[in-house]
Amino acid sequence: MLVNGAGATFPYPLYSKWFDEYAKVDPSVRFNYACIGSGGGQKQILEQTVDFGATDSPMTDENLARAPGKILHIPTVAGAVALTYKLPGSPRLRLDGAALAGIFLGEITKWNDGRLLGLNPGVNLPGADIVVVHRSDGSGSTHLFTDYLSRVSREWEARVGRGTSVKWPRGLGAKGNEGVLSWVKQLPGAIGYAELAYVRENKLPCAEIKNAAGAFIVPSLESVTEAMVAASIPEDFRFSMANAAGAGAYPIAGASWLLVYERQRDPLKGRKLVEFLNWASTQGEAMAPALDYAPLPDNLRTRILQRIKTIRY
Amino acid sequence: MKSERLWRPAAGERVFQWLVTMMALGVVALIFIIGRELAHGSQPALRRFGWRFLTGAEWDPVSEQFGALPFIFGTVVSSAIALAIAVPPSIGTAVFLTELAPRWLRQALSLFIELLAAVPSVILGLWGIFVMVPWLREYLFPLLRITLGFLPLFQGPIYGVSMLAGGIIIAIMIVPIITSVSREVLRAVPESQREAAYALGATRWEATRIAVLTYAKKGLLGAVILGLGRALGETMAVTMVIGNRPEIAASLFAPGYTLASVVANEFTETPPGIHLEALFELGLVLLGITLLVNALARLLLGTLPGPAVSPS
Repeated sequence: MLVNGAGATFPYPLYSKWFDEYAKVDPSVRFNYACIGSGGGQKQILEQTVDFGATDSPMTDENLARAPGKILHIPTVAGAVALTYKLPGSPRLRLDGAALAGIFLGEITKWNDGRLLGLNPGVNLPGADIVVVHRSDGSGSTHLFTDYLSRVSREWEARVGRGTSVKWPRGLGAKGNEGVLSWVKQLPGAIGYAELAYVRENKLPCAEIKNAAGAFIVPSLESVTEAMVAASIPEDFRFSMANAAGAGAYPIAGASWLLVYERQRDPLKGRKLVEFLNWASTQGEAMAPALDYAPLPDNLRTRILQRIKTIRY
Repeated sequence: MKSERLWRPAAGERVFQWLVTMMALGVVALIFIIGRELAHGSQPALRRFGWRFLTGAEWDPVSEQFGALPFIFGTVVSSAIALAIAVPPSIGTAVFLTELAPRWLRQALSLFIELLAAVPSVILGLWGIFVMVPWLREYLFPLLRITLGFLPLFQGPIYGVSMLAGGIIIAIMIVPIITSVSREVLRAVPESQREAAYALGATRWEATRIAVLTYAKKGLLGAVILGLGRALGETMAVTMVIGNRPEIAASLFAPGYTLASVVANEFTETPPGIHLEALFELGLVLLGITLLVNALARLLLGTLPGPAVSPS
């Protein structure tokens, strides 16, 4: 029996591991996953060409209304977007929402701007131009970062807004996380955003970002999980954890979801899918940290398991 | 018995003709199907934006403002730069291969040109990111700014990724196709033309210029048009070095964005909606530009004197 899914690329390494491991648990079912991006995942589940979708940004009300049945968002893991940069000596920078919005809006153009110096006393910031690097391809990371910027800067919200693709006021567009990092590595004075796992793998510096509680937090699995614990999560699980409350919460973090229909058309497939979701939300979660993904906190996991019970097949 | 023997070959002949005709019609049908799918997919965008789509310079998925102008500009300018850089060396190489090179060198050089054609776009793009762009940023662009910086074309901040980098990488990709087609065209020039020139006392270069190049003008233009066609659609290598910024700037050092690049970048992650339809419309615009360029090329080739040695 083959169960087909498609969607986001961010959680793919973890999902891939899950499918491999689950084949040992239940050899009668095989999972197939196509990395076509969150937009593709949403499109395919709407058209029912796949059994489940995967997305880094929740579906809009409009698109949910177009679905032939009720679609459930099942959160699986969370990740962080880290800010990385190329400065002489690779100092550890502290940035806050206002500074980031200023930089990406093009209002703060030089590294030795007063606002940046104020946040980083004792760091020798050069008088060089800031070269902004962002994603050119539509991406869950962009959605997460712009969601965060919209929450911390009214001007950003008005001028740019949030989305998987936005109109960037300034900067170079690079393809993929790898693209952003290759430019940040090369261009002196560059600053860019990328998934935490990629930044760590490339051994690049990460900025500490000021969270809603006022503390400067390093992006890590722990600080992401803390953001999730504190986040207020509505009934339908479509939530944003950007700028979450919580003393140790990292403010630029977000979840990834699986999209399934509440009513499954095929009873056998539906049963297998539900069994897999239960396994993923329990045993699967334990595999997440090894691959640099933040597993879901217990309170959320309980709610998810309850929600999975409502799937009819 | 006799009638059977006469009947079978004729039927086979008809089947063969039918099959070949269907394949040819299939190609034509494919173009129409592609055009129709693009038009269908972009319907709502076509209705909402109308002709403003071609003149609008904003690409804002959040406020749903979509205009194709920066991408049209990027595609046209990067292709123009690519032609300017690629055509002289390509035709020069073709002339060298047909007129001047000794046989052993001819084969070796042809092999290298074919190898260049075989390099996948993505690989060339990777080379572009890690080798070409740093070199441009550290050596060529500052040099251009020092020598030609009085022109607005060579002003502004230097990142390396730029419209010019995009044009250069496209040039590298189209050199093989222009060279090989030009070579065929030049080879097809009858020997009598050259002999006549030599008989009149022409030097090597004069014979080449007067007898060969003039005769082959139409075919060479055909080769250039083929190169242009490839340049317009080139996607992966370009998007890796052009900077992906939908802005119309005077400077070649500034980042740019082409129609093919933006579709490749944004299509997969875009959920259904007006943004996706606008991307379909960009595809339609690119198809339109390609067809327009080909039509103009045919017209141009028609007005030129000389035999139709163009292999296209």
